[in-house]
Formats: sequence, C-alpha cells, structure tokens
Amino acid sequence: MEFFQEFRNLRLVKTLVDEINRITTKPWVIMEICGGQTHAIMQYGIDQLLPPRIELVHGPGCPVCVTSLELIDKSHAIAAQPGVIFASFGDMLRVPGSKNDLFSLRASGSDVRVVYSPLDAVKIAQENPDKQVVFFAIGFETTAPANAMCVLLAKSLNLNNFSLLVSHVRVPPAIDVILSSPYNQVQGILAAGHVCTVMGYWEYLPLSQKYQSPIVVTGFEPLDILQGIYMTVRQLENNQSIVENAYGRVVTQNGNRSAQAVINQVFQTCDRKWRGIGLIENSGWRLKPEFDYYDAEKRFSVEQISPEESTVCIAGLILQGLKKPLQCPAFGIQCTPEHPLGATMVSSEGACSAYYRYQRIDNY
Amino acid sequence: MFLGVPGKIIEIYNKDDLLMGKIDFGGVFREVCLSYTPEAKIGDYALIHVGFTLNLISEEEAKETLSLLEQISSLDNKKP
Ligand code: SF4
Repeated sequence: MEFFQEFRNLRLVKTLVDEINRITTKPWVIMEICGGQTHAIMQYGIDQLLPPRIELVHGPGCPVCVTSLELIDKSHAIAAQPGVIFASFGDMLRVPGSKNDLFSLRASGSDVRVVYSPLDAVKIAQENPDKQVVFFAIGFETTAPANAMCVLLAKSLNLNNFSLLVSHVRVPPAIDVILSSPYNQVQGILAAGHVCTVMGYWEYLPLSQKYQSPIVVTGFEPLDILQGIYMTVRQLENNQSIVENAYGRVVTQNGNRSAQAVINQVFQTCDRKWRGIGLIENSGWRLKPEFDYYDAEKRFSVEQISPEESTVCIAGLILQGLKKPLQCPAFGIQCTPEHPLGATMVSSEGACSAYYRYQRIDNY
Repeated sequence: MFLGVPGKIIEIYNKDDLLMGKIDFGGVFREVCLSYTPEAKIGDYALIHVGFTLNLISEEEAKETLSLLEQISSLDNKKP
C-alpha cells in the first residue's frame, strides 16, 4: 500500500496548507459534497488546519441520510412480513423511521441481515429458495453499478425470490438545487471522487458554467482533500469557474463506461424525494419497466404510508449546507448516535455523526 | 461503510459468469467482482466499493500528483 500512504504525508500536508494560506486573500465558502469527505475532514482535523477565512460546509452526499422517510417506512413494512429476509447495508439499521428502525424489527423477530455487498444478498436468495429476499438498494452513482449487476445476475440465475427496494440518487441534480437556492452561500464545490470514478465529470461542466462556481473532483485522503481545496481557492481567487480533477489516479473525464452501460441497461432516471430536502426532479434512478419483476415495491403490496418526521431535526438544512450540526438544538442532548433523531446522526457519512464523533463542540 | 477503498488484486477467476478476484486490503482479504475492470491484472491496485472494483488506480498518475506537490514544497522552501 506504500504509495497510498504518501497521500497522508505530513510534510506535504503542511506544504499544501501553507500554500492555501498564501493564496487566500478573501473569505470563501466551499462545500464538500460527499459525507465520506466530511468524516475525513473531521477525522484529520483539516477544517482546523485551514485559514479561518475558508469555511467548509457539508453537502448531501450521505445516501443513508437522504433516503426518504417513505422508503424507510416501506422497508420496515416489507421486513416485517413473514417469509421475508431483508438485507441491507449496516448503516441503515439504526436509521429512524416514523415508528421504529430495522434493529428493533430484528429484535422483535424479523429476519434482517447486514450485508457488505448486494452480491451477498443474491447469495442469500440462492441459499433460501423458500424465502423472499429483499435488498435495500440505496446509494449514489457509486453503488448503482453493483446493484445493477445484481439484477442482471439474479435474472441469469433465474432467481424468483430476489428483489430490490430501490432508492438511488444522483449528485448533479442535488448540486443544481443547492447552488440555485436564494440562500446559497457556497462558492466552490469539491465533487465526490468516487461518484466521478463511475460517472466521470462531464456532467459538472454545465453546472460550473451556469453558477460560475469552481467544481473540483476530490479524493478522500488528507492530501487529496487539501489539493481539492487548494485548486478551488486558486480558481476563486483568480475569478475562474471551471471543472478540475484533483483525483487523477482514479478519475477520468468519461468515468467507467462499462459501469455506466450496465446502469443504463437496468435503471432509468426518475424524480426522487430526498429526506429533509424534498422532491428533486430527475435526481433518482429506478428500475426500467423490463426489470419490474425485481422491484420490491411492486412485489409487496405495502399499504399507503404517511410518514411522520421528527419536528426538531434540521438534517435537511444541514444536507444543503444551510446549517451546521451544532446549530441544531437537539445535537448531543436529545440526539446522539445511541438515540438518533435523524439519519445524519446515524450514518458513517452523516455530518452530525462526524461532529459528534470527532467532538467539534468547542470551536463553534 | 460506503467509502470506496483501495486494494491490491491478488487472484482473478470466473464465478457464475462474473469476473471475480481476491483483493488484499492491507492484510484483510475479500472476494470482489472485477466485471467493471476487465483489464485488471494481478498486482494492480483498484478502488473497491460494496464488493465491486470501480476502477483501477493509476500508479503513474499518483506519482505525478505527488511530484507536483513536491515541487510546490521545494518552491516553498526557497521562499524567504
Ligand atoms: S443533531 Fe440529530 S436532530 Fe439535530 S439535525 Fe442532526 S440528526 Fe437531526
């Protein structure tokens, strides 16, 4: 792993921080889209290394956080049915629905299983032909290639007991919503390196032009993040707004074409509701009609759900960069990782969880 | 959970018509699907997410980035 370690090299970190300091003459607000980057920023204390004039705000790139309450309640209704094995990524289990979470359903006897990959869910379906196996297919463009491939695999294996509860979301329409808000403060964007690994970054060129905002594709190691910030600040200071790539070892402009082809074979774009944010046009993927057979929403009749959101949680504003976790009156008091009121406190990519875990309490 | 992580490909084989491989994540080993990186060779580094390689990692690009940063660093040191 030698050369990856270099992307944590302290001496180079210091160099980049000094460079950012040297070129910064004005205050700038930069948003990191991906919750994985939010956690890395907190974990390595990158926010505290930067000049105070650079403010980082946290974006919506947390799939667990933006999965709509309706779909979470639906997942609970399906998981509670007899004869169902409900498979999900682990972070989803504690996410509060209107009434409970998947953990408590499991405790009361439902067969809820944590998987690392959707391939594991396909395997569970092969091994349990007398059960219906439902996989909670959440995620951004990064997870879509895996989920799409599993639909094709289930089809080629003739599995009739496997289906997906699909909650796929796409980044570019969310950036559009954030930058077009009349309350928007964000001046530059760190695009999520792994989303761009799949999709490339051509989709960001019109956004960058439309909003005159630099967009820099950024990775996840400390040097990657600092380089992304450096390139963004350099553009802002020079009054530029183009798309740049600070994660060249993984990302190309066109992305992974074979992954995109499989996504396009299985999914089509659709409007999607984001938890706390609302409906965003064309911001989701759903199964194409020819794969309806694998759609858990069609396979299981789930009665009309009218979800109830916590009244104190401001996660929706946090996910749009309009507020920070410490501005939530419930943070650390009524709302903790043990008793979360919102998904941003649960997920390993949620901003509230990052602030709680890395104790960003005293510098507010 | 959702973070893609780099790993080294140490085995490549076919299973259920899928191109699969074994990945070394710094001493932890896992089976992943290589279908999206058919050009993968043993010894390559890849970025892995929920059991699939999303792309290979270019050592050349990595070195280029690092040497660029080194240049900034040496410029920095020369400043008064
Ligand atoms: S601290 Fe809890 S209640 Fe407040 S915004 Fe975050 S998740 Fe919601």
